[in-house]
Amino acid sequence: MSEKVKAPKEPLFSKKNKRLVVEPLDDNNPVTIQVLGICSALAITVSIEQALVMTGSVLFVLGAGNMIISMLRNLIPSRIRIIVQLVVVASLVIIVNEVLKAFMPDVAEKLSVFVGLIITNCIIMGRFEAFAMANKPWPSLLDAIGNTVGYGVILVLVSVFREIFGSGKFFGMTLFGDRIEGTGAYSVGYMDNNFIILAPFALFAVGIIIWIQRARNTKLIEEH
Amino acid sequence: MKSIEKLMRKMEPQHDSKWAKFHPVWDGFYTFLFTPGETTKRGSHIRDGIDLKRTMFMVVTALIPCLLFGMYNTGHWHMVPTGEAGAYMDHFGDKLIYGIIQVMPIVIVSYAVGLGVEFIFCIKNKHAIQEGFLVSGMLIPLIIPADTPLWMVAFATVFAVVLGKEVFGGTGMNIVNIALTARAFLFFGYPTMMSGDKVWMSGLSETPKDQLADGFSGATQLGELASFVGPKADWALPSAEAFAAKWPIMDSFWGFIPGSVGETSVAAILIGAALLLYTGIASWRIMLSFVAGGFVVGLLANLGFDNPYYQMEAVNHLVIGGFAFGAVFMITDPVTAAQTNTGKIIYGFLGGGLSICVRVYNGAYPEGVMMAILFMNVMAPMIDHYVVGANIKRRNKRLKPKAA
Repeated sequence: MSEKVKAPKEPLFSKKNKRLVVEPLDDNNPVTIQVLGICSALAITVSIEQALVMTGSVLFVLGAGNMIISMLRNLIPSRIRIIVQLVVVASLVIIVNEVLKAFMPDVAEKLSVFVGLIITNCIIMGRFEAFAMANKPWPSLLDAIGNTVGYGVILVLVSVFREIFGSGKFFGMTLFGDRIEGTGAYSVGYMDNNFIILAPFALFAVGIIIWIQRARNTKLIEEH
Repeated sequence: MKSIEKLMRKMEPQHDSKWAKFHPVWDGFYTFLFTPGETTKRGSHIRDGIDLKRTMFMVVTALIPCLLFGMYNTGHWHMVPTGEAGAYMDHFGDKLIYGIIQVMPIVIVSYAVGLGVEFIFCIKNKHAIQEGFLVSGMLIPLIIPADTPLWMVAFATVFAVVLGKEVFGGTGMNIVNIALTARAFLFFGYPTMMSGDKVWMSGLSETPKDQLADGFSGATQLGELASFVGPKADWALPSAEAFAAKWPIMDSFWGFIPGSVGETSVAAILIGAALLLYTGIASWRIMLSFVAGGFVVGLLANLGFDNPYYQMEAVNHLVIGGFAFGAVFMITDPVTAAQTNTGKIIYGFLGGGLSICVRVYNGAYPEGVMMAILFMNVMAPMIDHYVVGANIKRRNKRLKPKAA
């Protein structure tokens, strides 16, 4: 005589669900704390536009993917789950790629292979494995949103800095005058820093963000 | 001195005053002027009367010949493009004054900015001011072209001090050499100001073309050698011979060549080296093995024929570019170098070899010393790790027969 105990229905935005969104923004940021997704943070943060488009693409792939995996979670045999997850990511990435090519051809050209490389973004597989395989679709979606925004914030912060000081632009608008003709700040000897355009600088930038974050949020500091 | 002492004592921030947190700054200046009067009362631990401040000051003293020569050399090469320079010692006063005007601001900016950053971090972290920057602040102006704009110097200094040193915990904790970090930042950030044939002679980029002497090129020796392009068959000895004829090895030794401010004169560098070795601040193992490494790779390169660098005499490699300066002041930095004696020899040898390797095999970066030293800085802990490991292994082996 077993009676099915029905769990009380959880409100859509319960405290737990809210935490899923808020936590990855700071305390459990995928880039600065888990150090995932660094590869794309290095590659596409030279301009703010690219960073935003990348964040949007990841939001779609991770959001839809997390929900699909979560719905399929009881059907996927655990031995082949990675392959199943890969198939899901790959199909979603192809959709994103085609959409970008059709509607934003110039951005797609600049991002080039990095859209396709979303497949290898560690955050996505990480969330599938760590969250979607064990949770219902709605929390999975919230988790995806939280993680993508946490990822996007870092990407945009890095790209703002790199675009302003590396190419002297903000969102494609020139800030300091014309570099080639030497007007504005360039006429008094200002020069854009080439080093900031190079990928290694993104590592410095992410490192500085981690530094500031830890100085501010002392509970992140490990005990030794 | 009494009155200065009195003044300093009067200015000392007390614990209860609102200036209390600036005590490290006061302490830094005070100990700079006076030897601290406080001594350990019981159980003395002193082995030598030299402390960090005295060590740093000795290195700065060792750098003075390079700085003075560098200033004069800057003035000389400023006059060369227009053909007014004459012999090396002509117009002595004009050249010296021009050099001082050109170089002194860089030194001042480098010190002011670097010490400023250091003071801020000391006040924030509440520890006494350490004098690590005294040397870095002097090294930075000496390893960049005299024409580098001051804001770039300031920017690079901030970058180097914050990300090279303070991040890791301040003086003595840095992984890579501070001055070279600053130079690497400039090199990659503003390549047009740090390489090419316009920057090595002060004021050249502003000189109109028609005022230049005939057939004049502003490249450094290394740059000039690299600019030889043509069919590969022509790359045989003539270019190296022409090079040797234009730049006699003794000129390179005395430093009558264009280049970064302090790196040109091997003679001036050797004076500094003698002082550092005499006081025991720099390790002779590193210095010697660095030079040996460069020499050996220089000899090996002579076997090949891929570009003009291959044919340069091994001895010539040692006196041009920043090799000598790197050997004496950069690779020997005790903080970033290997710590074990065997490790020091390996570290220096690989550093020297790699410098010439980059110079010879990679035409894009003829000045390989900076890259090689930064690379070896990162590798130093690993070298030590294996040296210590090998030592333990050897001693274990000695134990075994007894145990058996």
